[in-house]
Amino acid sequence: MLTMMISIMRTAMVSLRRDRGALALSFVLPVVFFSIFAVIFGGRRDTTPKVSVLVVDEDHSRASERLVQGLKHEGSLVVKTRPAPVKGVEQPEYTAATAEAAVKAGTAPVALIIPHGFGENPISFGSAEANRPTIQLLEDSSDMVAPQVIAGFLQKVAITSMPDLMAEQGSKYFDQFAGGLTREQRERVDESLRSLRQQQDSVATSSGSGSGGGGIIGVTARAVVGQNRDMVSFYAAAIGVMFLLFTASGAAGALLEEAESGTLDRVLSSRVTMSTLMLGKLTYNSLLAFSQLVLMFLWGWAVFKLDFWSHIPGFVVMGVSTAIAVAAFGLLLASICHTRAQLGALSTLVILVMSSIGGSMFPRFLMPESMQKAGLFTINAWAIDGFTKIFWRDEPVSHLWPQVLVLLGIAVVLFAIARRVARRWEFS
Amino acid sequence: MCSESWKCCTAAIRRNAAPGRCVSIVSCKAQGEIATLPAPTASTLTSPPLRIDALVKRFGQVTAVDGITLELRPGECLGLLGPNGAGKSTLIRSIVGRVVPDAGSITVFGGRADSAMARKALGWVPQELALYPRLTCRENLQSFGRYHALSGPSLEQAVAQCLNWATLTDRAGELVKHLSGGMKRRLNMAAGLIHEPKLILMDEPTAGVDPQSRNHIFEMIEKLRDGGMAIIYTTHYMEEAERLCDRVAIVDHGHIIALGTNAELVQNAFGARSQVLARFAGASESIAVWVAQRGGRTVDGTAQFTIEHPTEIAGLLEDSAKAGLELLDVSLRKPNLESVFLHLTGRELRD
Repeated sequence: MLTMMISIMRTAMVSLRRDRGALALSFVLPVVFFSIFAVIFGGRRDTTPKVSVLVVDEDHSRASERLVQGLKHEGSLVVKTRPAPVKGVEQPEYTAATAEAAVKAGTAPVALIIPHGFGENPISFGSAEANRPTIQLLEDSSDMVAPQVIAGFLQKVAITSMPDLMAEQGSKYFDQFAGGLTREQRERVDESLRSLRQQQDSVATSSGSGSGGGGIIGVTARAVVGQNRDMVSFYAAAIGVMFLLFTASGAAGALLEEAESGTLDRVLSSRVTMSTLMLGKLTYNSLLAFSQLVLMFLWGWAVFKLDFWSHIPGFVVMGVSTAIAVAAFGLLLASICHTRAQLGALSTLVILVMSSIGGSMFPRFLMPESMQKAGLFTINAWAIDGFTKIFWRDEPVSHLWPQVLVLLGIAVVLFAIARRVARRWEFS
Repeated sequence: MCSESWKCCTAAIRRNAAPGRCVSIVSCKAQGEIATLPAPTASTLTSPPLRIDALVKRFGQVTAVDGITLELRPGECLGLLGPNGAGKSTLIRSIVGRVVPDAGSITVFGGRADSAMARKALGWVPQELALYPRLTCRENLQSFGRYHALSGPSLEQAVAQCLNWATLTDRAGELVKHLSGGMKRRLNMAAGLIHEPKLILMDEPTAGVDPQSRNHIFEMIEKLRDGGMAIIYTTHYMEEAERLCDRVAIVDHGHIIALGTNAELVQNAFGARSQVLARFAGASESIAVWVAQRGGRTVDGTAQFTIEHPTEIAGLLEDSAKAGLELLDVSLRKPNLESVFLHLTGRELRD
């Protein structure tokens, strides 16, 4: 019995060894996936993503400047007060309006507006001064993490970078509610405050632990992108593109079936040329992919209240571009492979890796910068970016040109390679 | 009446039609029985359906076709007979442009084999079941018809004729994957004829078919042949070549080693001689040694001898008795293509 079991094991091992696709799925894919998610979710500290925040200081008070400096010293934040220089020319500082526009355009997920009068009462405990000017936090609600992070940092920085202001504000509260200090007490408190200010001015803000917690700085958050929307449109695009890739490679696999059965030979012996055949397949697979997208977004509209009908032009533009790109991708995979089994293994490997890097499984804005850049080599990233522009940011169709250009460019290049590789079917 | 358009057309061409004959094709069209038929040109009427000159095709170190020269006559059914791997399919695939020859030339009705005219004139029934399994019989024929630029009523007429010829009219709506093996074979053949070619290449069309279905296929091919269609028919079954083919080319190792009618091949190889087949009881080694000494061959345990006259049988049996061999049975037969192949190559067709 043992001999038979060993024999069965041996047969299985030999079969696996000779099936490169199965080998790759068994050993390469897990390692690749592990590496991708290890990079995304942690591992080394220096790869932790930084949160970008645009800061507009309308107050220009001691308190507001101290707050901005404190935020700039936080290692986890990238604080920008003005856009990047254009052709070496320094740009003017952000205003409330330009910062809001920048958040809408996706430059950063959060903008902070420090209003006029903030410095007069920067800190409050409880709701003692409900009408005081509060910092406005403009957020892109597609990023569920960044606004929370910034809100927390604001409170922390208030404590660590403005202790003198806290003490001063405490003293004001004492005056207000306890009837004030004696002259001698006031002089001693003022002296302590002076000492605290000097100390604060000379020491850089440390990145010590602890958060603001109780909300000593008043913050009013407002979503400027994706107001009253959930993540349905994001997931419709993200998951949709991944399955489009699978469907496209499966549909293109018909070419392999036809080659194996001899049907391809028969077709090519008629008036049909290889180019005609492949263009026909590309068109069919593009239509199939587009239909899938339509179905997915219609389902999103019917079941999850996705605002589909007011975005039809943008959807059509992005849908067609994405569909052509995935169809060309599928044809390339099919033309490279020699059997259906090979195609199955290769497409699973490539599509899962592309989907994980390209944002179909996990939003790219939460990934380290290097991974975000790597994502730009995937169809997923460009397609998701395009659909997000339409459904999330309400951007006009004309803003889609980078995504459309890249996706159609990908389609042309992949199709040209596929056509070249398919020459092996033309003649022997 | 022209019951099948290719039958009518090729019959006209076969008769080496004078202009008057062409009128008969037109008259068939007028009756609505021929949908799309290319008008025969001077070149198609005078050139042979197929001419192959010194064709060579190598795959790496293997020479699959080694300098074959061949000419198909109008209305002729020419058999390519040879064992598996002899080069028959490579030759056929070269004709239909699926294989690029290393040397030599192929012309179809006087035109280059890769020309549009040749593609129109050529029909191909590949050895594989080259069909769409998830499409019905009708849909398959419609698809292949469209690939040959047929459309509209002419396409529908061609589909109906092909279904009728393959006796699949009542199964027209059936998915191919649900058909029996024989039906698939018949549809596979019909798909090769959908564009009404003038020359059809059939690559082992009966492969894997049961005897009853094979007989059905023979009848279909005989209809084509009787209608004057030029046919190239590859097989490694001697019986098929004998039944269907006007001439037979025996192919081995990429060469044509003999070409002629059945009778010519036998005559050339054996003259008036006959074959004696005898089986003996006992050790096969000692039997084989004795058979070789007597100038015969042992094939599948049967001793085969070639004799000039039937009276030589008596001497042969006497010698076997002297050698101590116990005779089980003996028969006399006229040599056939199998015998010719064995005679020329020293091997059996199915080796």
